[in-house]
Amino acid sequence: MDETFVSVRKKTDASGLVVQWIGYLFIGLFALCCLLPFLLVLGTSFTSESAIKLSGFNFWPKEFSLFAYKIVFENPGLIIGSYIVTIVITMVGTAIGLLLVAMTGYALQRPDFMYRNKISFFIYFTTLFSGGLVPFYLLITQYLHLKDNYLAVLLPGLLTPFLIIMMKSFVRSIPHAITESAKIDGAGDFTIFLRLILPMTTPALATIGLFIALGYWNEWYNSMLFLSPDMKYRTLQLFLYNVITSADYVRNSAAASNVQLRDMPLESMKMATAVVATGPVILFYPFVQRYFIKGITVGAVKG
Amino acid sequence: MSTASPAQLTEKRYTGAKRGRWKRFKNNKTLLLMCFPAIAFFLIFSYLPMPGLYLAFIKYNYSDGIFGSAFAGLENFRFLVMTGDLWRLTFNTIAYNIAFILLGNMLQITVAVLLNEIRSKWFKKVSQTMMFLPYFVSAVLIGLIAYNILSYDYGILNSVLNSLGLEPVKAYSSPGAWPFIIVITYLWQSTGYGSIVYFAAIMGLDSEIVEASEIDGANAFQRIRYIVLPWLKPTFIILLLFSLGGILKGNFGLFFNLVGANNTALYASTDIIETYVFRSLMTNFNFSMGSAVSLYQSLFGFIVVLSANWLVKKVSPDNSLF
Repeated sequence: MDETFVSVRKKTDASGLVVQWIGYLFIGLFALCCLLPFLLVLGTSFTSESAIKLSGFNFWPKEFSLFAYKIVFENPGLIIGSYIVTIVITMVGTAIGLLLVAMTGYALQRPDFMYRNKISFFIYFTTLFSGGLVPFYLLITQYLHLKDNYLAVLLPGLLTPFLIIMMKSFVRSIPHAITESAKIDGAGDFTIFLRLILPMTTPALATIGLFIALGYWNEWYNSMLFLSPDMKYRTLQLFLYNVITSADYVRNSAAASNVQLRDMPLESMKMATAVVATGPVILFYPFVQRYFIKGITVGAVKG
Repeated sequence: MSTASPAQLTEKRYTGAKRGRWKRFKNNKTLLLMCFPAIAFFLIFSYLPMPGLYLAFIKYNYSDGIFGSAFAGLENFRFLVMTGDLWRLTFNTIAYNIAFILLGNMLQITVAVLLNEIRSKWFKKVSQTMMFLPYFVSAVLIGLIAYNILSYDYGILNSVLNSLGLEPVKAYSSPGAWPFIIVITYLWQSTGYGSIVYFAAIMGLDSEIVEASEIDGANAFQRIRYIVLPWLKPTFIILLLFSLGGILKGNFGLFFNLVGANNTALYASTDIIETYVFRSLMTNFNFSMGSAVSLYQSLFGFIVVLSANWLVKKVSPDNSLF
């Protein structure tokens, strides 16, 4: 579609040039503003603590140092443990969540499924009305007894109405005749879903799977609510949150790495932890962003 | 949800057929079973907590439990009104959301329109990737990034002010600055994401119309003003009405991580419903007050959604929610 636009505007008059230059300038500056803060975190993570104390955070290290990373990995149990917890939760949650979203989305899009409108509304209603945080907290801790249990992070993230609606929109593009002819051939509904529909919706599954995975990777809210400091390993984002806000973590790290508390690289340690916790997502995302773009364009307007 | 008409016909054919209730159930058994995990999920995690809002009407204390605690009627709500908390929370939540919605959509449309004008494919691709980046990181990192910029001792903002010979600012103790900080951070994080919908909409614009306008002698500004922007209007209205439905819902992650857990100095300008409820649970242990605010939020929000949906139905029946 891009091509047609280019060919249409063969003769660029003065106004066209002006608009283009405004575009380059505005978009360029805004894009730069989006990127620079990340470089600030990265730069600071490689800066020695004394240089930070002298001239503040900076994009380019005034005095290069790997000390912060050394401290972060000196206490490898913590960060690697959090990594493993987050990776396992992300993988298990994405696999189960994806299957459930796909299954539900397909069933609810079947025109011959009698209860589809009722169930759709049952799911949709949860976005309109909710019990709020306090009853949810009591449910998880006092009735399901999931305090300090990874399930308290894993389970609530499995499904969202938004992703089910997105799946429905994706399935809608598959002609119902395919399901019908398979039924005539004697295939059961679940077989049709598993053997016929799933292979046809792989781009949709990739999109939805990535949304779920990103949600788990960045999860910190339920972790903060339900995983107490009694647990040795918690999720990566909660680990980062604690490094940023809690003096206890700094004290423990200092003890573990035999460094005097006053010599701890307090500031650069926060940045180094952030780099380690966020790095994989940022490295990975340029390759998968097109799936997210697809999901947003499909899901948003029908949202 | 709107449905395609062939689908409705198919459904009529199925439901119209005179079969017994049991037979119909049997035909749908597998599909129902496929939905069962999702039904159980929402039943447990969304519906089960709802009766818990009864907490709003009692004076909950931990040792007596929900059913042992004294019934308080509307006492909690009266307290919230008397202290002015409810008004402050409602005002902050709604005012921030209005700023997010209006400024957000304006910026998203600007970005989408300008992105479409740019010829260089390379530039388009790279800039889109950069603008989309903030969407992918956790709220915790957003908080840290703000700290990198605003910290009194080390922040880059004060470094810059210093080199210009200006006084450094104490951002974390100036409530007046926070509406700007929060709105700018929101725009920074969500514009790349939000502009995708508008960009996709522009892609759907018929190139013949654009061509015709150029033959008629329209310049680039006129093309944007009279063709592209009107073309985006329906998308804008729909998104606007959708976001109206969530006008009482706050972005907890953003506010909590930017402001910090206990920065009381900033509450006047940064406290929203979500942060208040969170504090009532984790800091003050006042479960009843938190539930009262949640119930108010849900009820008020529900009324707003119904009104917004009524509006959507008027404007574009295809897009109405129910």
